[in-house]
Amino acid sequence: MPMKMKRALGAISATALAALWSVPAAAAWTLNLRQGVTELSHDIYNLHMLIFWICVAIAVTVFSVMIYSIATFRKSKGAVSASFSHNTTAEVVWTLIPVMILVAMAIPAARTLVKIEDTSGSELTIKVTGYQWKWQYDYVDEGVSYFSTLAQASNEARQLDSGVDVYRVENYLLDVDNPLVVPVNTKVRVLVTAADVLHAWWVPDFGMKKDAIPGYINELWFKAEKVGTYRGQCAELCGRDHGFMPVVVRVVEQAEYDSWLAGQKAARQAAAAPAAQTAAATTNNETTTVLVANAE
Amino acid sequence: MAHADTAHDAGKYYIPHGSKWPIIGAVSLFVMMLGAASLLNGVGIGPIIFWAGFAAVLFMFYGWFGTVISENQAGLYNAGVDRSFRMGMMWFIFSEVMFFAAFFGALYYARNLSVPWLGGEGTKFLSNLFLWKDYEPAWPTNGPMAVGGAFETIPAFGLPAINTALLLSSGVTITIAHHALQAGKRGVLKTFLAATFLLGFAFVYLQATEYHHAYTELNLTLGSGVYGSTFFMLTGFHGLHVTLGAIMLVVIWLRVMKGHFTPKQHFAFEGVAWYWHFVDVVWLGLFIFVYWL
Amino acid sequence: MSASQTHGHAAAHDHHDDHGPAKGILRWLTTTNHKDIGTMYLVFSLVMFFIGGAMALVIRAELFMPGMQLVDPGFFNTMTTVHALIMVFGAVMPATVGLANWMIPLQIGAPDMALPRMNNLSFWLLVAAFSLLILSLFMPGGGPAAGWTLYPPLVLQTGDAFPLAIFAIHLAGASSIMGAINIIVTIMNLRAPGMSLMKMPLFTWTWLITAYLLIAVMPVFAGAVTMLLTDHFFHTTFFAAAGGGDPVLYQHIFWFFGHPEVYIMILPAFGLVSEIIPTFSRKKLFGYDAMVYATASIAFLSFIVWAHHMFTVGMPLAGEMFFMLSTMLIAVPTGVKVFNWTATMWRGSLTFEPPMLFALAFLFLFTIGGFSGLMMAIAPVDFQYHDTYFIVAHFHYVLVPGAVFAIMAGVYYWMPKWTGHMYDVKLANIHFWLSAISVNVLFFPQHFLGLAGMPRRIPDYSTQFADWNMVSSVGAFGFGLSQLLFVYIIIKCARGGARASDNVWEGAYNHGLEWTVPSPAPYHTFEDAPVVK
Ligand code: HEA
Ligand code: HEA
Ligand code: CUA
Ligand SMILES: [Cu+2]
Repeated sequence: MPMKMKRALGAISATALAALWSVPAAAAWTLNLRQGVTELSHDIYNLHMLIFWICVAIAVTVFSVMIYSIATFRKSKGAVSASFSHNTTAEVVWTLIPVMILVAMAIPAARTLVKIEDTSGSELTIKVTGYQWKWQYDYVDEGVSYFSTLAQASNEARQLDSGVDVYRVENYLLDVDNPLVVPVNTKVRVLVTAADVLHAWWVPDFGMKKDAIPGYINELWFKAEKVGTYRGQCAELCGRDHGFMPVVVRVVEQAEYDSWLAGQKAARQAAAAPAAQTAAATTNNETTTVLVANAE
Repeated sequence: MAHADTAHDAGKYYIPHGSKWPIIGAVSLFVMMLGAASLLNGVGIGPIIFWAGFAAVLFMFYGWFGTVISENQAGLYNAGVDRSFRMGMMWFIFSEVMFFAAFFGALYYARNLSVPWLGGEGTKFLSNLFLWKDYEPAWPTNGPMAVGGAFETIPAFGLPAINTALLLSSGVTITIAHHALQAGKRGVLKTFLAATFLLGFAFVYLQATEYHHAYTELNLTLGSGVYGSTFFMLTGFHGLHVTLGAIMLVVIWLRVMKGHFTPKQHFAFEGVAWYWHFVDVVWLGLFIFVYWL
Repeated sequence: MSASQTHGHAAAHDHHDDHGPAKGILRWLTTTNHKDIGTMYLVFSLVMFFIGGAMALVIRAELFMPGMQLVDPGFFNTMTTVHALIMVFGAVMPATVGLANWMIPLQIGAPDMALPRMNNLSFWLLVAAFSLLILSLFMPGGGPAAGWTLYPPLVLQTGDAFPLAIFAIHLAGASSIMGAINIIVTIMNLRAPGMSLMKMPLFTWTWLITAYLLIAVMPVFAGAVTMLLTDHFFHTTFFAAAGGGDPVLYQHIFWFFGHPEVYIMILPAFGLVSEIIPTFSRKKLFGYDAMVYATASIAFLSFIVWAHHMFTVGMPLAGEMFFMLSTMLIAVPTGVKVFNWTATMWRGSLTFEPPMLFALAFLFLFTIGGFSGLMMAIAPVDFQYHDTYFIVAHFHYVLVPGAVFAIMAGVYYWMPKWTGHMYDVKLANIHFWLSAISVNVLFFPQHFLGLAGMPRRIPDYSTQFADWNMVSSVGAFGFGLSQLLFVYIIIKCARGGARASDNVWEGAYNHGLEWTVPSPAPYHTFEDAPVVK
């Protein structure tokens, strides 16, 4: 079966290429996970590559034996079948070796997992609430809170038969009106929840994804090491427009963050002083109303 | 078969050839479910379709079991067939156990995980801090939004304890009936079998009283948060099984009256007895985890 | 296995006059014959494969290019949901049940299934179930669209389709449970004298274990959807925090069923491959005992790994750790199987008839799917993979060139026994090559899409994902069209063709009683139990 061989080898080498060929994130024909811009995302990337290469190594070994058998022990080549039907040594070996390999994988995996789940020592806490179909960002210690929805250009282009060439829309489906803004090199703790159905908050470059569950709070953390704009999407089916609630995070220098925050606060103050207090309260009420509606 | 003598045939595994009951069953279940769905969706003719399907299902059971009983009386079933029925019944009961396991699992989860989290304990205590500030974890509970309003629960050592006694004694009476059947004492058999289903119906009656009490006086309903949900789903499905079991016992009793069953061959009796014990055991779990603890 | 020596006339040709099939449609409605029922299951499954496949093609057509061209996003979600429900419960499971019905009695020397009337009910309930499901597509508010996992609270937003879909699952579940009981009872009670458990062909073995899985988890699924139903209609709050419940509770219950469910689909496939590879290697299956124990360990482990589908729900660390490690363990018994199949070919005498080709493709491609599964088992990395096309690629690899290819291998292996005709081998080879190539074009690029960050269950995507999606869609249509050939081959074979001998794969190493009965297998076989030495 030369074709089969080629295909199997092709599959392996294509994936192998993925590792060697590090293309910019937004380019087409991307093959591999992104390295990302946080310690966690680097750890995850390395773990991913480690396991990937172990699997490749096992695949090469196992598939070689298979291909060799297929190529060699053919009746058409006059092969006569042997009569053995077990071999205890071999069976013990190929039970124990995988166990050892798995242990070798489990140790770094467990270490990374512990790190991921450790949200202690965070410097900034943001509450993220998923709605059908938008995100709400709540800077809990600052009293700043706003919604983030799909950018207008994308929204028009994505209507059925809109006639818009989506290639001309910048960051098609990955752009929002009000991105989340965080300072660089700061451990940010994100509290994730939802108001109606499940959502999941995900920024691939931060290596983190957590489900947003109505009535419950989940935690994640990230510490972006590079200034920039990072884009992700809702990653839990949340109904009709699940595909249209992107997550955009702008990571900025501390100074820029401070002035941005001040601007937000000023804007809120301007928008009538007494209303500011109730704004936070209403959002909470909104949440609970929806929850009740769901419970009924 | 030309060369097959009767002696040989008698030892053969009986394979029925063609039967209209299964297809009647499938069609009537389809109609019944369609009716139930329409009913839930508020479609006008829903109830009619549902009850028509339900009646057809009853008819199917009557006809199917009737066929099986007459085949059995005709001596078509050998020991192999008997063993198949037994194994089938056992695995059916096991599947029922797993069905209840889902609801017991929900109860466990609510009591030990979700309610404490919402109340600010355990790994998800933040849920309380940010979303349900005033909620105190407790069991029984109808949750942080007090869904369904304040309610009271049914104390374990009232009706439920009496019901426990009823079901446990019915477990004894059916065992006595079984021994009587094996010993060929038909009189004892009839009496104790009747006692069993009477105890069963008494249980169902008391359970209905309890539900009535819960709904009218305690404000404990299916909508009383997760307590009401688990309480009524567990006891409700159990009650349904007791009702079914009691009806099965009546059928068996009628067959006994007709002179069916021999001390050696009485699979139907044993199948129902197993079922009855299963219902009994589930109740013990309910009594302990739903009412008592 | 050494069950080939049989005694007595395995299949007597003379029958009672009432033994033949009834005439006309009534034959199929009222039949209690395992072969008739097996045939109905297989035909049903093929029909469902096409309906579910047509839905997949709607998905792939919409995803061919970025931008919304064909369907409403809500309808897209319905397609995703119903495609999966139909493929899982309507195509793959009934196909393996059909094979079980046909072959288990033949493999163990039983006169029929142990509970023949119930067997008929199992089948027709499935038809009832899928009629309800398909009906639900036409309800006001659209069909079910919350994904095949039916997660609340989203699923509670379903319109009038909701109760129909739930009841469809109840009926399909009842059908599966009855089918499973029948299989267990048949195997435990109706084996021919001498057919000890450890002599049983592996297909029968894997099905025995699968049947236990079914009985253990289908009722749990029934319970889960019942709670959805009461949450929707009767004010319970199992899955709502307001009342003290939790949406995640549903996920735990669902996956306690759902994970074993995926092994319910793959274990019979393992069985099929374990029959076919020895035959065409002309060599006994390597490590028969180990295969049985490995199957049992996989089944056992499948009960304690469910939350690997839920790494991102915010489980406590200890939970994540436990489910990660237990999931990784499954690679060990699965590896034993892969190695044993390879060792069976080692120093064999191989030929490459269509069943063997499909089995070999299974061997390579299932293993690739297994590797991506193992990668996802690593919880920290799954935070990146979860709910992306990487998952979609994983499970299609284990399901399509995995389970579906194994089923096709099984069909090509036994079809001559069923029909008495040899099918068109040349066409079957073409079918194989077209399928094997296009399935990789279809699903391999989805790995890249997932790693690049494309979420699953979206009808439209940003332009960076365009290229691989186009490749994948081309593969999908190629694969879909190739399946038309499969249908043609089957119909042609059912209608006629070269006579197949009793021992169809002549010269190949055949084991199992099925090869001792004539081709086509007479309506009744083993009315007198054969004696297995
Ligand atoms: C037939 C179906 C089938 C099979 C057999 C499997 C097999 C496996 N699956 Fe898969 N899986 C699915 C069907 C299946 N899966 C489906 C349908 C979903 C998605 C559901 C949904 O969300 O809709 C899913 C999702 C899924 C997830 C959740 C991902 C997520 O949503 O984030 C995970 C995570 O752990 C997982 C893991 C595994 C593992 C570890 C195996 C293992 O059994 C694989 C074992 C095999 C091998 C590893 C290869 C052979 C072994 C060797 C050659 C030995 C040596 C190897 C080593 C030591 C590495 N699967
Ligand atoms: C056994 C199970 C099984 C099988 C066999 C398949 C088979 C296929 N699946 Fe599917 N799939 C699932 C189980 C399965 N799938 C599950 C569980 C999900 C997850 C759902 C969820 O997220 O809830 C899923 C989701 C899923 C998605 C992701 C959808 C999304 O996230 O939105 C996609 C996308 O490409 C897809 C594609 C396909 C394709 C192209 C096939 C092909 O193999 C199908 C091939 C068959 C045909 C194409 C039919 C034959 C031909 C015709 C109909 C004739 C006409 C032909 C032409 C005109 C060309 N499937
Ligand atoms: Cu929000 Cu998907
Ligand atoms: Cu799984």
